Amino acid sequence: MSDDKQINKSRRNLVIACSAAGGVAGVAAAVPFAASWLPSERAKAGGAPVVADISTLEPGQMMTVEWRSKPVWIVRRTKEMLDGLTKVDAKVSDPKSDVPMQPEYAKNEYRSIKPEVLVLVGVCTHLGCSPQEKSAEDKAEMGADWTGGFLCPCHGSKFDLAGRVFKGSPAPVNLEVPKYTYLSDTRILIGDDTKGA
Amino acid sequence: MAAAEKTPVRGTGSVALDSALTWVDARFPLISTWKAHLAEYYAPKNFNFWYYFGSLAMLVLALQIVTGIFLTMNYKPDANLAFASVEYIMREVPGGWIIRYMHSTGASAFFICVYLHMFRSLLYGSHRKPRELLWIFGVLIYLCLMGEAFFGYLLPWGQMSYWGAQVIINLFSAIPFVGPDISLWIRGDYVISDATLNRFFALHVIAIPLILLGLVVAHLLALHEVGSNNPDGIEIKKHKDAKGVPLDGIPFHPYYTVKDIFGVVVFLIVFAIVVFFAPEMGGYFLEANNFIPANPLQTPPHIAPVWYFTPYYSILRSVPPLFNSQFPGVVAMGVSVMILFALPWLDRGAVKSIRYRGTYFKAALTAFVVVFLVLGYLGTEPTTVWGQFGSWLGNVDRATVVARVCSVIYFLFFILMPWYTKVDKTKPEPERVTH
Repeated sequence: MSDDKQINKSRRNLVIACSAAGGVAGVAAAVPFAASWLPSERAKAGGAPVVADISTLEPGQMMTVEWRSKPVWIVRRTKEMLDGLTKVDAKVSDPKSDVPMQPEYAKNEYRSIKPEVLVLVGVCTHLGCSPQEKSAEDKAEMGADWTGGFLCPCHGSKFDLAGRVFKGSPAPVNLEVPKYTYLSDTRILIGDDTKGA
Repeated sequence: MAAAEKTPVRGTGSVALDSALTWVDARFPLISTWKAHLAEYYAPKNFNFWYYFGSLAMLVLALQIVTGIFLTMNYKPDANLAFASVEYIMREVPGGWIIRYMHSTGASAFFICVYLHMFRSLLYGSHRKPRELLWIFGVLIYLCLMGEAFFGYLLPWGQMSYWGAQVIINLFSAIPFVGPDISLWIRGDYVISDATLNRFFALHVIAIPLILLGLVVAHLLALHEVGSNNPDGIEIKKHKDAKGVPLDGIPFHPYYTVKDIFGVVVFLIVFAIVVFFAPEMGGYFLEANNFIPANPLQTPPHIAPVWYFTPYYSILRSVPPLFNSQFPGVVAMGVSVMILFALPWLDRGAVKSIRYRGTYFKAALTAFVVVFLVLGYLGTEPTTVWGQFGSWLGNVDRATVVARVCSVIYFLFFILMPWYTKVDKTKPEPERVTH
């Protein structure tokens, strides 16, 4: 055997070609396994838009609806709350909402379609915890110049009452405004903005 | 049959047993494996306290496998049933509570053993040539262990299971461009849901344990190929007797099996005390919030990973966002673990053991241990734990500043290692091991 040093080139090439073809087949066989981790049809159906009724929401009050198992906050902001927003313009990192964390129709001073009604996905843009409401009364905890907003319990990100993130927070961008549309004055469709959906 | 005659089985004291062993040995390398890995595996005779933790980690692995198998007999990997099935195990399955507490305490015990085992390597240079691959297999085991702990922590489906997993999976969202899709793929849903729980269960009970066992075998084979290091950091194979046995080596069995059994007894006493009297360990082994069922609409007031992840978690949150992205923090956390792979090549010391290293290495290792513990502590607390600095420092949280300083020191320990280990004034190593 040891003196048989001659390599049969064509046999060697066949071995290489077969190994390569087998390798390709092996990688292709991984596709269904990887695909099985994608959302199933049932999970996709569960992500459909939801309707919120805001007829009983009083000024200054906040309600939470569930959309794709995430909390969506709806706050009917008072005049003082809206005035407080302009006061913190200098302290938030993206006062004009330049980062596209909202649909075009909510890219304004109040980050909403109607100034008083705020619709926000209540999930921190840092690592996905749900922030807690901290009203203007919570000055003892949040500091003397606090005008109301949200505090993330996980890593201390602070947001104002338009979901704009304060400078120095771990969260990189403002809270997300979902796609939404008014079906009537008191009914909001969350998750879709095509009328009549 | 020739092989059987060449391998005489001695000392069994019984003709029947002797011939049975001969029969097996002709068909399976029983005696030679026994000799190679136990009876004639020569370990340095100067092992000390720090050499308990490898065998203890293996003991905990066995404990986790046995308790885990029995837990799966009553656990239900279903988002609607999981939490209640754990409570069922705790309250209604005979002996269920102790099996579950052994498993949950075992998770923490595993990390305690592994951290001390890794620290031993730093002390005595066990990661150094020719044991680089041994070290790399060890780091891979550590990574598997982290995955195993993470997947397992979701299974009780408590608030901390849910929100801890939420935070960790969202780390992948920070990857530019493909991040959100990767998170969606890992979860199998828009949020952590039944799909996530099921796949984590499969990974926790089948996939990762299989890889873990394979890696442990590779770790031991690599160890027995190069031979154990020792507290003097010198090679005992340099001085052998006429038969080729290292002069400073003693057979692993019976000498170190007996030593390790003593360690096992002490360990099990401590382990039993924890299981019986402090299975939650004041919220460090089992967090209080995990006794509340998972609720996707309400984040607990304070989320912290279990203690063994907190040093890396501190590094993650100490890095400020850059260009509206928290990706740098995620990268820093990833690098802080992955950098361990490079350790054998970063260390350029003339000697291996801390006994003969100079002040630079001793100072660096002390600083490293201190910052690792401080980062670990801070990771269990909210960033507001120490209040804020005044407006002169932008009202930043004190704990955040401390965590940033500690994170920098953590990385400097590795980055500067080629320099400070090389210029360090070392003492001469002895020719033979000392006690």
